[in-house]
Amino acid sequence: MNRIDQRFAALKEQGRTALIPYITAGDPAPAHTAGLMHALVEAGADIIELGVPFSDPMADGPVIQKACERALRHHTRLTDVFEMVREFRRGDAETPVVLMGYLNPIERFGYERFAEQAAAAGVDGVLAVDMPPEEADELAPLFKAQGLQSIFLVAPTTSRARAATICDHGEGYLYYVSLKGVTGAASLDVEAVGRQLDGLRELTQLPLCVGFGIRDGASAAAVGRVADGVIVGSALVSRIAEHAEQPERIPDALKRVLGEMRQALDA
Amino acid sequence: MTKFSDLTRLPDARGHFGPYGGRFVSETLSFALEELEKAYLSLRDDPAFQAEFDRDLATYVGRPSPLYHAERWSRQLGGAQIWLKREDLNHTGAHKVNNTIGQALLAKKSGKPRVIAETGAGQHGVATATVAARLGLQCDVYMGAEDVERQKLNVYRMHLLGARVIPVESGSRTLKDAMNEALRDWVTNVDDTFYIIGTVAGPHPYPMLVRDFNAVVGREAREQSLAQIGRLPDALVACVGGGSNAMGLFYPFVEDEDVTMYGVEAGGDGVETGRHAAPLTAGAPRGVLHGNRTYLMSDEGGQVTDTHSISAGLDYPGVGPEHALWKDVGRVQYVAANDDKVLEAFRELTRMEGIMPALESAHALAHAKVLAPTMRPDQHIVVNLSGRGDKDILTVAKIDGVEF
Repeated sequence: MNRIDQRFAALKEQGRTALIPYITAGDPAPAHTAGLMHALVEAGADIIELGVPFSDPMADGPVIQKACERALRHHTRLTDVFEMVREFRRGDAETPVVLMGYLNPIERFGYERFAEQAAAAGVDGVLAVDMPPEEADELAPLFKAQGLQSIFLVAPTTSRARAATICDHGEGYLYYVSLKGVTGAASLDVEAVGRQLDGLRELTQLPLCVGFGIRDGASAAAVGRVADGVIVGSALVSRIAEHAEQPERIPDALKRVLGEMRQALDA
Repeated sequence: MTKFSDLTRLPDARGHFGPYGGRFVSETLSFALEELEKAYLSLRDDPAFQAEFDRDLATYVGRPSPLYHAERWSRQLGGAQIWLKREDLNHTGAHKVNNTIGQALLAKKSGKPRVIAETGAGQHGVATATVAARLGLQCDVYMGAEDVERQKLNVYRMHLLGARVIPVESGSRTLKDAMNEALRDWVTNVDDTFYIIGTVAGPHPYPMLVRDFNAVVGREAREQSLAQIGRLPDALVACVGGGSNAMGLFYPFVEDEDVTMYGVEAGGDGVETGRHAAPLTAGAPRGVLHGNRTYLMSDEGGQVTDTHSISAGLDYPGVGPEHALWKDVGRVQYVAANDDKVLEAFRELTRMEGIMPALESAHALAHAKVLAPTMRPDQHIVVNLSGRGDKDILTVAKIDGVEF
């Protein structure tokens, strides 16, 4: 069984909500990433979404754009990202890791080679934000062959027919984009999200995780009441940005933000 | 059936041109793109819609644009006869308005009160601001900060037309970054905003509909050639950034096997220097950007590389997906013209024919200059003079060391 499925099965048994932090690989520099992933786990992360930096992150707001720029100043490439995951895996064999990013670095790396090396490094799932299921027919079977799960987005604008298609193709969990906009955008309407998730539950057994607009313990707890998991990115990445010049301070800063969310979710 | 007749039946139902094109967008936009595709497909064959489009092109844009025989320049080059398709004479001064007229009709039908656009040289931004003014729509135009600097006149034109120009400071601060930012805006405001993409790139259905709206250029040029030359031309030449003016000229000739086509990319300092915007000529790898798969300048890590061109309108690392396919099947030959040759052609046409071309269009002229002497005087080349050069006067003056 894939680590992601295992993790959600365990959480379900415990009656807990998944806490899924996102950081960009190589931000503020490649040497820090594995350590930051461990810090996130210590603060209560159930799954880690590790961003693959891209020069043109069209779905991201300024916070994650700048994270990509910092990582790319150090020429962070997929081979480096795999190395970071391997390093993380040496100390943590349990926590699922999902690579999140844009298709072009994967396209350039080669689909088959990417799938092989990602799986070998200890990656469990992949979310390419600019690859909807309709465009995934080449990549998805290669992922499946390597035991990597394809994770897809559902948005407030997704029609029911499309949602059904996405649910058919999705594995691991569904990433529900809580609002129209880019990452790091304004706060979300929890009630509306709840109604949307109710509709999705009629279509799928997949865990439903909500991202975009979650910034603190209160918003995490509110979303946690309607979702199986909460995803937090920009709130963490902005802490990395604050301390980019004193990276030794970053682990504690991340732990404070994520720990508060963990407490709020478990309360 | 000719060798290339199946090329006219693309894209397929999923927006693919062979391995290129498609709809590589984040999920939030999928619905809007499906809606747009449905709306366009139902209107495309609607005679009332076509009549409205044709009427706007005739009475607002000033179509048909003439096909002009550049006799003096042809004589000087000493080879084939050069004919200029005068898109520079359109209202707003470039071919871009053909597409914005079409998309504005779609925007009007959608009922959305706001339009956005990305722009490089500013021609598409001006054309969008123009149709927005005419329809009373709110208009925001994203433009790379570097392009805002080198295209000040167009920026002020847009301002006068009532549009807001938003300088984009991220990345290379040029056209691709403007498109990133426009997509971010659209994903946020998709309920009330219509995105008018200016080139034959982007997610399906944009490459198709921008092509269709610009194809009026080629349809006219084909008829005018038959009337004025007495037969089809031997060659077509057009500049290619994203590739909308080339697509517009070439598409109606696709099945005319005897018509050779040249797409001229921005060679910048020279393809061999790496400082260019010529993905097809340079043999760039396949990639995915801005919603479609195409040939894309990127490094080994898949990061999109910076481009360079004297012309802001061609300063783009990718190219429309249909051009990528046409390269593969050999329908069009893609070549590059370097900045210095482009300037030479700009000056030459201005002095010899009294027509000042846009620096973008001067790329096509630069290649015509190479091509014509290799052909006989009874052969004919049609060059798409896609835009006028007024907007580039400050750039050329700066090169001449003149400050205003």
